[in-house]
Amino acid sequence: MTVSQNIASVLGIKTVGIAGAGGLGSNVAPALVRSGVGKLIIADYDTVSESNLNRQFYFANQIGRPKVEALRENLLRINPRAAIAVHHCRITEDNAGLVFGSCDVVVEAFDKADEKKWFVEWMSLHYPEKPLVMASGIAGWGNMETLRIQRSDNVYICGDQTETEGKNVPLLAPRVTLVAMMQANIVVDILLKDSTL
Amino acid sequence: MTITLNNRTETFQTSPMSIAQIIEEKNYRFRMLVVKLNGRIISGDDYPRTMVHNGDRLDIIHLVSGG
Repeated sequence: MTVSQNIASVLGIKTVGIAGAGGLGSNVAPALVRSGVGKLIIADYDTVSESNLNRQFYFANQIGRPKVEALRENLLRINPRAAIAVHHCRITEDNAGLVFGSCDVVVEAFDKADEKKWFVEWMSLHYPEKPLVMASGIAGWGNMETLRIQRSDNVYICGDQTETEGKNVPLLAPRVTLVAMMQANIVVDILLKDSTL
Repeated sequence: MTITLNNRTETFQTSPMSIAQIIEEKNYRFRMLVVKLNGRIISGDDYPRTMVHNGDRLDIIHLVSGG
């Protein structure tokens, strides 16, 4: 078999969870579908709004719809055979295990820092062995060299980790997508690790 | 003492030091932190009373909104 075929056979049996379907999650998901990841489990409580279209993987005719449903539709246009399970809900301590417990890797793609904090603390407590790929610090433009990856055990944090709150630094497609691709790239790396390709 | 702070070797004049003292000495002015000492999450209330010793591994992650 070729390397590409080996990659397809490894990724095809993997499940990746994505917590949040905004600028990070909605861009991580298509990269993973295109890479051939077998199953995605995506959770988000929000609906598509016009202000999302500058950086999130949605279209104008999807405004008002739950993000997870619109995203599922878009991902199935890429690969109609992809398995995309979606949950239109807020992730809490009560459902996080049910939603993400079966995943090989989980992507943290929340918006707010306090959501990121409880999620990494909860995951580290309940699923310390499960790789968690997070993002922190994605606002602005340029400054690519400040984007980095910090690893702490099974937690990977992508971004510049620089506070911008109160400074009116907008979220723009290039930098948000860059960090989303860093996350997707780490996920693929983790999933292919230990495989003979 | 010499510890591993965010995967880098770092030496401090005093030993042991509390997590709060290390945050102060490093001049971290972060609002939302996740702190792991030897792989274990330490909650914010415990920063002043959790001591870091020579050879420990300390990870301080800064979480910023945006996603």
